[in-house]
This record gives sequence, structure tokens and C-alpha cells, in this order.
Amino acid sequence: MDHSADDAPREVYVIEPSRGWMHIRWRELWQNRELFGYLVWRDIKIKYKQTLLGAAWAVLVPLCQMAVFTILFQRVANFSSDGLPGPLFYFAGLLPWNYFASSITQASNSMVQNAPMLTKIYFPRLLVPATPCAAAFVDFAIALAMFLVLTFFYGIIPSAAWFLLPVFMVLACASAFGAGSFLAALNVKYRDVRHIIPFLVQIWMFLTVITPYSAVKDALGPWRYVYGLNPMAAVVEGSRWALFRHLNGAELVEGQPVTIAAGPPWDLFVLGTAVTIVMLAVGIYYFKRMERTFADIV
Amino acid sequence: MSAVVSMRRVQQSGRMNANNIAIQVRGLGKRYRLGETHEVYRTFRDTLVTLPAWLRHKARERSAANSGAYDPETPPGTFWALRDIDLDIHDGDVLGIVGRNGAGKSTLLKILARITEPTKGRAEIHGRVGSLLEVGTGFHLELSGRENIYLSGAILGMRKAEIRQKFDAIVDFAGVDEFLDTPVKRYSNGMRVRLAFAVAAHLEPEILIVDEVLSVGDAEFQKKCIGKMKDVAGGGRTVLFVSHNMQAVKALCDSGILLEHGRIAQRGPIADVVEAYLARATAVEPGTEIPPNCHRRYPCDLEVFRVDVLNRHGNPAGFVLMEEPFGLQLHCRAHKARPDYAVSIQFRRDDGLVLGTVGTTYVLDRLDMQEGGVYALTARLKNVFSPGQYRLDIRVDAGPENVDFIEGIPLTVAPVTAGDELPHREGVVQLRSEWRLEAEDADAALRGEG
Repeated sequence: MDHSADDAPREVYVIEPSRGWMHIRWRELWQNRELFGYLVWRDIKIKYKQTLLGAAWAVLVPLCQMAVFTILFQRVANFSSDGLPGPLFYFAGLLPWNYFASSITQASNSMVQNAPMLTKIYFPRLLVPATPCAAAFVDFAIALAMFLVLTFFYGIIPSAAWFLLPVFMVLACASAFGAGSFLAALNVKYRDVRHIIPFLVQIWMFLTVITPYSAVKDALGPWRYVYGLNPMAAVVEGSRWALFRHLNGAELVEGQPVTIAAGPPWDLFVLGTAVTIVMLAVGIYYFKRMERTFADIV
Repeated sequence: MSAVVSMRRVQQSGRMNANNIAIQVRGLGKRYRLGETHEVYRTFRDTLVTLPAWLRHKARERSAANSGAYDPETPPGTFWALRDIDLDIHDGDVLGIVGRNGAGKSTLLKILARITEPTKGRAEIHGRVGSLLEVGTGFHLELSGRENIYLSGAILGMRKAEIRQKFDAIVDFAGVDEFLDTPVKRYSNGMRVRLAFAVAAHLEPEILIVDEVLSVGDAEFQKKCIGKMKDVAGGGRTVLFVSHNMQAVKALCDSGILLEHGRIAQRGPIADVVEAYLARATAVEPGTEIPPNCHRRYPCDLEVFRVDVLNRHGNPAGFVLMEEPFGLQLHCRAHKARPDYAVSIQFRRDDGLVLGTVGTTYVLDRLDMQEGGVYALTARLKNVFSPGQYRLDIRVDAGPENVDFIEGIPLTVAPVTAGDELPHREGVVQLRSEWRLEAEDADAALRGEG
């Protein structure tokens, strides 16, 4: 670049057909962090606009789910909850799960929803499916506050392991973003995705939130590793472990000993992390591949 | 108001060195699959249903490859919307891009704005690109005016500090200061457009892209866009301008390129390019076979092979007389049976001004044609045009991915020479009026009781 001294340095863009396996422009993503902030802020801002209950929904939904699960699965069907009171067990699982479900659903529809923007202006497209994954943390934080109230109600004092919760949330975020960007790109071409998502999320939830890993181990034996391919199993089980491990052997409310393992569910965690990395790579790769033609077919 | 804006810009960054390259394009090309430019989204079912056809297509492709008639660059079912474009644009150039619909103008702009990727070649852009087609991009109706200024500014590529600094100027320009904290959905349409334009106008890009075809809004707003462009051009910025309005192109641009079938057919001073465009646009004569270069690139199921202009007696004629009803006859061949072919014809002046459009409608005159059938489709029209040269653009519609355009068929309206009862008056159309003169009571007229 050769410009005269009084000019501010100018940005130079090179436009070429993209080649190579995966071409992420990290610098460009970093330069657009302010835009990302605005997009997240917009999502948060409009989420509860013109709703009567506003952010209370972030608490109401998991509370209702918790009540239904406790009555149905714990009381009626007598499913194991590792000796924990049903409300605690299910709410602890729903915390990361609802974050994941909301992220993946919104991310899958994000490209189609933002089509008018995509056909008119350039910005790094990866920000689009990433936005809901970040915005969903607000609901998570509100639900977490509710969870704290619940634990105090049951007389549980948080332990230091609580600080490991973010580790599992990172895993949840990464898998939601990986799967979300894959589905978002697929949705641009095939609108079937829109119909598959609610169904997928529902099935996925029943596979993840309802039973503790201890029960799965007993029932499936070596097949539990197939079960472990679901990264959210690691997240949910890991979160429960981080939140309740210090209660191991203690007798809560119903006089049953808490059987949650003292050590983290390593097998689930390792498997889940590996699967998440694969999901992230495949998701971003497919998204970047499709990125070239988004504006032409969206 | 816009003059003030441009002054500010000049003060802020000074004039660019005129020798600097702003945009350098080398061998740029974009290949589309047929129909992809306006493809509707698919479902898995569509893909499954079209699978046999796709396999047949692949087989045909293979046999074509074996027979040597195969161009690996252009597999069957694809076409180049843009090909082998080389272009150097310097700082301060105001470049007009002209060409027929489908010649590749919008594709070129979309690639340069990085909205879509090229298939081949390379372009280097020095500086921030802004475009007046992005007006209102990222607006969210639930958010307030203030919030939307920040959001839209960020999406257009402004920094937070930059938006904050220009915030007052934007609000002032849009004239919405009382409604800053009202959700934009309660704004009137005009207010929304003004606010959106104000944000875009303060982006101060080094390179401005304007595609008239895509621009929206009323005459007032269009004027504002043109005014803004003049400011920008005058301020030593680089402007790319796509338009069908040859007068606007000539007025704004110094140099230009003429695109034809995705290639640059001519480049140079704007007057020469416009002249070349108009000369090529007059290539078809009524009553002759339509040469292939008047069609869009790909075949359509309804093939129009001749267009006749009919005089009031229904006979083919070289021109029509002012005030006399006339006819247009399209001779066409249907390659597929279809009950709902549609045709529309646009009348325009040489400079691009559209005078009117006529067309078949699905309900009243459905065009039900048999496979292989040859038809003459005739439209009868009242002639309201002033004497002069006009052009007809014909759009043939045979389904969503199956459209043909035939453009630039000349229509001559000759002045009436016999008898002077219908004088030719100033204007594009001849308005007819009846006048009556009556005596009235002067006092009653003054009281308004006429």
C-alpha cells in the first residue's frame, strides 16, 4: 500500500474464491467483536419485548419442567435420582440443558431469520449462529439464581466444586455452536431443518436429563459409551456432579443416601469433549463451505 | 443538509491521492447453476424427487465429455454470470456500470461488496466499502430509534466511538429527535427511511456502491440518494454506480464499463460507453427473428422468436402513428405444456425511464399452451405516447426458475401528419382533455358557489 502521509492507513480486502480446508479469519472476527456485542445485545433486548412476564419466563419454564419431571419420573415411575430430592436433581440438569436447547434452536434458525441482512451486507457470517449461543447465557444466569434459592431452601451449602460449572458450560456452548452452525447452514438450503429441530431437541432432552449416569451404567453396561457420544450427557452429569458431589453419602430430605459419585464422570467427560471437538470442526467446516453461496440461495 | 455532511468528510480525511488504486479486479468470474440466482429453497423431498433427473443429467454430462463437446469450465446446467473481468479503479473515479438485465452488473457489485464469493479470479479493495442499498439493514422494529442507530451503525461497520461521535448529526439529519426512545415500529414509513438513510449517509466510506435497480423509496428519497452520491463523488471518493438511467449515469460518472453476458464489452469515457450501450440496444428490428444476444443467457420453456408491431388494421408495420391504437404480436413456441405462461411488456425511453407496463394476468388471460405448439399472442393497446423512439422489454415467465427477457425492441411512434386536429404537445404521454366554456355569475364565482 502506498498512500500519502496524511491519509489514515486503509483497510485492504482481498476477494478470492475460498480455498483450503477451513479458512477462518480470526483477525476479522476479532475486529468485529463490537458488532458481535451489538448482535447479542439485540437478541437479549428483543427476547422479552412485549411479553407480560418478561424475564420471569427464564425461571418459570424450568420450574414447570422440574415439577412435571419430579411428579412423573420420580414419584410415578420411580426413576433413580441418585438419592437427591427430585426438584434439585432435575433442576440441576435443566440448567445446562435449557441453555443448550435454546442456543441450538435459535442458532439453527439464525441464518434464515437474518436473510435480509445476509443478502445486503458483508460481515463475518459465523457471528450469526454464535449470537444466540452467547445471548442464551442471560436466561441461564437467571435460572442459576433460581437454583441458588432452591438449594438454600433444601439447606445445601455450595462447595468449591461449583466453580467447575463454567467448564461444563463451555462444553455446552461449544457443542451448541458446532451443531447450531451446521444446522443453520443446512437450513439455508433445506427448510426441513426448521421442522426437525423441535423434535430433535425433545428426544435429545429425554436422553439427557431424565436419568442419572449411574442408572445408565447399570442398564447398558459397555453400551454406555454409545450413550456417552451425546456431549450433553457429559455436561448434565458433570454439572450435577459439580453441584452435588460434596453431598456424597449424606442423607437428604427423604432419608436416602445421596449416591452421586465423589469423582467426576471421567469417561463421559473425555468422550463428550472429543465429540464436541468433532462437532465443532464439522459444523464450522460445513458452515464455511456453505458460506460462499448463502447470499445466492437464502 | 447533505452538503454539510460532505464538507465534514473532506475536512476529516483530506483528499485521496488520485493515483492510488481503490479497486483492482483480475480475471473475476462467477458461475451459477441455472436457476440458482432466483432459486427458492428446497426440502429434502425436492432433492429426492429430482434425484433421477439429476442422475440422467450426470449421464448426459459424461457422454458429452466423451464426445469432446464438453467445456470443463462450464458444465451443462451452469452459466457464467460474470467472466474474465479485469478492472482498475482509482481513488476518486466515478465509474458507471451499464448493461442489460442479467448482464452481470449486480453480480459484480455483490462480489465487490463481499456478499457473495467469486468462482474465479481476484479483487483487491483498498478501503471501506459502503453502499446505499444497505439502507435500513439490521433495523429492528421493536427497538427504539436510539438503539437502532447504534445497531445499524455497527452492522454497517462503524465503531462504537464513531457512532457516538456522529450520533447528534445522524439524529439531526433524520429529524427524529423527539422520537429517539420510541420503538421504530411506531415510526411512519418516511421517518424510518430517513433514519436509516441518515445512518448509512454518515458511514463515510472510501468506496461507495450504488445499485439503482435495488434502491427503494419515493422520488424524494431517490433524489436524496443521487444528491448524496454527487457529494461523495465531489469529495474525491470512489463511486460505483449501476443504473438504467443513462442521463443520471452521464451526469454523475466520468468513465464507465458496458457489461454484456457477463463480460466487459466496452470501457472508457462514459459518453462512449453509453453510446455503445444504446447502439447495441437497438440491434433488434421488429418483424425479424430475434438474435440470441437479445435473450437472457439460458433457454426458457416459452421461446419468443419474433415480435411484430401491428398498425390499427392489424398489419405488421415499421412504426405506429400517434393516437392510433396499435398491436404487439409475439410469435412463440412452447417447449412444454403449461397452463399458466405469462408475458409482460415494459415500455421505456432510451434513458431508461419506464413509461408503463402491460402484461397478461393469471386470472383474466391465462396462457394455456400445448407442448410444441406455435402461437401468436397479440396485445391491443391504446397509443398515448408522444412521437419518438421507445424500447420494449419483454419478460416471459414459464415458472419460477424459467424466465426469459428480450430487451430493447424499438418502437417508433410517428407524429400524425394528415390533419392538425390532434396537435403534439410537450411531454412523454399525450393527455387528452375536453374543455368547456360557460358564462357564469361573477359574484357567485367569487363566493365560491360556482
